[in-house]
Amino acid sequence: MAFLELKEVRKSFAQNVVVQNFDLAVERGEFVSFLGPSGCGKTTTLRMVAGFELPSSGSIKIEGKDITHLRPNQRNVGMVFQSYALFPNMTVAENVAFGLKVAKWQASEVGPRVEEMLNIIKLPHLATRYPYQLSGGQQQRVALARALAVKPQVLLLDEPLSALDAKIRISLREEIRSLQRKLGITTIYVTHDQEEALSMSDRVVVMNEGRVDQVGVPFEIYNQPKTRFVANFVGTLSVLNGRAVDGSRVEIAGQTVAIGRGLGNAAAGAECAIALRPEVATLEGFGGQGATMNSADRAERNRLTGAIDDVAFLGSVIRIKVRIGNDLLSLDTFNNPGVTPPERGTPATVSFSPADVLVLEGK
Amino acid sequence: MTQLNNNPAAPPGVARLQFMQAAWAWVGVAPFLVFALMFLILPTLYLIVGGFQDPDGNFTLQNLFDLFQPSIMSAYWISIKVSGASAIVGAAIGFGLAYAVVLGGLPGWIRPTLMTFSGVASNFAGLPLAFAFLATLGRTGLVTVLLVKFFDFNIYATGFNLLSFWGLTLTYLYFQIPLMVLILTPALDGLKREWREASEILGASAFQYWVHVAFPILWPSILGCTLLLFANAFGAIATAYALTGSSLNIITILLYAQIRGDVLHNPNLGYALALGMIFITGLTNGLYIWLRGRSERWLR
Amino acid sequence: MTRREKVNTMKQSRLGSWIALVIGTLYFVVPLVGTFEFSLRMRRGEYSLDAYRSVFADSNFQDSFLYSCGMALATIFIGVLIVVPTAYWVQLRLRKLRPVIEFITLLPLVIPAIVIVFGYLRLYNSSSMIPLTAEVWSTDLLLALSYVTLALPYMYRAVDTGLRAIDVRTLTEAAENLGAGWTTILFKVILPNVRSAILSGAFLTFAIVIGEFTMASLLNRPAFGPYLQLVGANRAYEPSALAVMAFVLTWACMGLINVFGRAKQTKHAG
Ligand SMILES: Nc1ncnc2c1ncn2[C@@H]1O[C@H](COP(=O)(O)OP(=O)(O)OP(=O)(O)O)[C@@H](O)[C@H]1O
Ligand SMILES: [Mg+2]
Repeated sequence: MAFLELKEVRKSFAQNVVVQNFDLAVERGEFVSFLGPSGCGKTTTLRMVAGFELPSSGSIKIEGKDITHLRPNQRNVGMVFQSYALFPNMTVAENVAFGLKVAKWQASEVGPRVEEMLNIIKLPHLATRYPYQLSGGQQQRVALARALAVKPQVLLLDEPLSALDAKIRISLREEIRSLQRKLGITTIYVTHDQEEALSMSDRVVVMNEGRVDQVGVPFEIYNQPKTRFVANFVGTLSVLNGRAVDGSRVEIAGQTVAIGRGLGNAAAGAECAIALRPEVATLEGFGGQGATMNSADRAERNRLTGAIDDVAFLGSVIRIKVRIGNDLLSLDTFNNPGVTPPERGTPATVSFSPADVLVLEGK
Repeated sequence: MTQLNNNPAAPPGVARLQFMQAAWAWVGVAPFLVFALMFLILPTLYLIVGGFQDPDGNFTLQNLFDLFQPSIMSAYWISIKVSGASAIVGAAIGFGLAYAVVLGGLPGWIRPTLMTFSGVASNFAGLPLAFAFLATLGRTGLVTVLLVKFFDFNIYATGFNLLSFWGLTLTYLYFQIPLMVLILTPALDGLKREWREASEILGASAFQYWVHVAFPILWPSILGCTLLLFANAFGAIATAYALTGSSLNIITILLYAQIRGDVLHNPNLGYALALGMIFITGLTNGLYIWLRGRSERWLR
Repeated sequence: MTRREKVNTMKQSRLGSWIALVIGTLYFVVPLVGTFEFSLRMRRGEYSLDAYRSVFADSNFQDSFLYSCGMALATIFIGVLIVVPTAYWVQLRLRKLRPVIEFITLLPLVIPAIVIVFGYLRLYNSSSMIPLTAEVWSTDLLLALSYVTLALPYMYRAVDTGLRAIDVRTLTEAAENLGAGWTTILFKVILPNVRSAILSGAFLTFAIVIGEFTMASLLNRPAFGPYLQLVGANRAYEPSALAVMAFVLTWACMGLINVFGRAKQTKHAG
C-alpha cells in the first residue's frame, strides 16, 4: 500500500472545477513533483494534502489513515511556502523551534534539535538573526528547517524557489534534493519549471487543467509523453504535420517517414502529426551524432530535406531550424570549432532514427 | 570600459548649472521653511521658553512647580482620563471592527463601505458632534426618551450625565472608533495568510497562532494607534466646550479660559500649561513613531 | 473534526464579525437619527422643518458660513502654494531634506491647535513687532495661515503621495529636454498630474476648516465655528439642525475625496 494516497480527489470553487479525477499513490521516501502551467490546480491539490482546502469529493490517506477531514494542525505534514512565511517577530532559532514548542517538546530537547536543523541547512551562525536580516535563499532554508524540525510524515513545497534568483535557485535545488534523500522524507514538490521537476524528482506528475495527464519517472515523461500536452509542455518539440500512409509510415511534405512505434489504428490518408526532440535529429554532413554511427544504423534512418531557416548559436550547442514543407524542425548539434555553421537558406537534409519519432494523440 | 564608467570631473558649465538648480530648489522650499518657522515653530518656542521665565524674563522653574497646584493637576488628570479612556475603548472596539472586516470573512462590499463611513465619522468632530450627542443622549434626547418609553429605563436615574467624564468619553468615541479602524486596517492587512497557515501546519491552534504570532506582530501597531487616538483626544476642545461648558475642567478648556482672561493671573503659568500639553502629546507621538518604525521593520 | 463541525466554527467566527459590525453601525447611526429627529421637533406636537428655516433665516448663519467658506478657499490656495513646490523640490533635488520636512509637516498633529494659536496671540499681538492681530485683514490672514498649519499634515501627505506616483524626476527631465521653462514644467506638467491629490487634500481641508472653533474664537473672527458655539449655547433645536447640515457637508467632502481618489486609480489602471 502506498504511503500517501489521493483517490478520486476533486475540488471546485463554486461552479468552477479546479481539480478532478486526481489519483496518485506516493511511496514512502519518494520525491514527486507536480508540474503544470499556471492555474492548472497544483497549489490547490497541495493545499488539500496540507488540509487548507477541503476536497469536494474523494479521499486522502497517509499510511492508510484517512486524513481528508483532519485540520492542518492535526496532520503530521510539513509545508514550505513560496513566500517563505517566516514569522517576522521571531529569530531564526525561534522560528525553527516554534513547531517543537507547540508540540510540547521538552525544553531540553528543543535546543539540540534546533541546533541540529540549523547545522543541516548550514546556517548555525544565523540563529539569532531576524528574518528581515536574511537573504531570500537563507530565509527559504530556514523555512525548510522549520518544516522539517517536527519530523513530518510528508513534506510539501509550493514553488519554494520561484522567488529566488537563478544561481541560488539551482544550488538550493540540489541542496533540497540531497537533504530529502538523507532524511528519506516523502515529498511533494510543486513547480512550473520543467527543468526543476525533471532534475529533482523520482516521479513527475504532469497536470493540465485540473487533471493528471501523465505520471512517470522523468525519463519517461520526456521520452514517451503520453499526450500532446505533455509532449509540448515538457522540453522543446518540433511538430510536423502529415498524412498516414499505413500503420507505420507517414508522408510529410512529399517525403515518407518510418515510425518505430507504429501509428496505432490511424486509417491511411488520415491527418496525423509526428514530433521530434531537437537532440535526436542530425543535420547530414554537419558532424553531430550521425557522423559516429555505423553504416547499418545510418541506412535505417529517416531522411527529410528542406532548407535552413535559422541558426542560433547558444555556446556549446547550436540550435538549427530547418523548414520542411510548412513546418519548422529544430535540432541541436554540439559546437565544433572546426566546422562553420551552415548559412540560412542553404538546402539541408535531416536524419533521425524511426525509434525516436513521437506520435501525438489529442489536440 | 573602465574609462566610460569613470565619471570625469564635470566641466565648469555643468557645475554652474547644477549649482543654479540647487539654488532654485532652495528658493522653492524657502516659503515653506519661512512659514513653518513663523507660524509653527517660533510660536511654540515662544511658549516653551516663556514657561521657563518669570514675568521679568528671568529663568525660573517656578512655573513648572506651580503646575502642581490641585486645580491645574486635576485639569490635566481629567484630560488624561478622558483621552485615555476614549483611546483605549475606541482602540478595542475599532480593533474588533477592523478585524471583522479584514479577517472576519464578511462579504466584500462591507469593507469599502465601512472605510468610507469611518472617513466621515472620524472627521465629524467639534461642535456638531456635541450637538448630535446632546440631541441623542441629552435629557430629552431620542435615545433617552425611547428608553424611558419602551423599557421604563431612565439613564439619568442611574447617575449618568452627558456633561460628565463618561458622557464626554462616550462622545469622543464617535470619532475615535472610526479613526482606529482607518489607521489599524493596514496593519491587519499586513498579516499574511501564510503566517497563519504555517503556524497551523506546524501544529498550532488558532489561539496559539494569536498568542505567539499575530499578536506579537500587531501589538506595536495597536499600541501606537492607541497613542495616536490619545493625542487626538487630548488636544481637542470644541466638543468638550460645547458639551460641558466649563463644568468639566479639562486642560484645553482651562487653557482657553486662561488665554481669554488670564484666569491664572500669571501669563507665564499659562505658557507652562501649554508646555505641559506639548510634553504629553510629544511623548505619545514620539512613542507612536518609535512603535511604528518597529512594526514596519517586521512587515517590510 | 468532521466537515460539518468545521463549517460550524466558520459560521461562529463570522457571527462574531457580524455582531461587531452591527454594534459599530448602531453606534454610528443612532446619534445621526437622534439628531435628525431632534431637529424636527421645534414645532410642538408635530415634526416640522422649522429649525432649518430658522437657521437659514438667520443672517449670522449666512455671514459666518460664507466667511468660513472664504477662509477655507484661502487656506487651500495658500496651502497649495506652499506645499506643492516644497514637495516637488524635496522629491526632485533636496532628498536629504525630506526627513526634516516630513517632521515639520507632522508637528501640527503633535502641538494642539490651541497651543499654536496661543503662541500667535503672544507673538503677533498689536504691541509686537509684527502686529498681525492689529488689523482685521491681517487677522484674517493669520487665521488662514493658522488653518494652513492645521491642514498641513494631510495636504502634504496627499501631494507627496501624488508626486511619488508620477515619478517627478523623469517627467521634469523629459520636459527640460524638450526645452520647457520652469513655469511650464510646474503648471503644464506637475500640477495637472497631481491635481487629484491636491483636490483630495483640498476637500479634507475644507472639512476641517469649515467648523473650526478654537482658532477662530481666540482670534475673534466671525467664523462658522464660533457661530455654532453661540447657537449651541442659546438655542434648543437649531443646533441639531446645524449638526445635520454639518454632517451632510462632511459626507459630501469625503465623498468628493473618494470620487477623485478613484478617478485617479482608474486612470492609472487604464
Ligand atoms: N480560493 C479560491 N477561490 C476560487 N478559485 C480559486 C481559489 N483558489 C484557486 N482558485 C482557482 O483555481 C485554479 C487553480 O489554482 P491553483 O492556485 O491551484 O493553480 P496553480 O497550478 O498553483 O497555479 P500557479 O502556477 O499560478 O501557482 C485557478 O484557476 C484559480 O483561479
Ligand atoms: Mg500555485
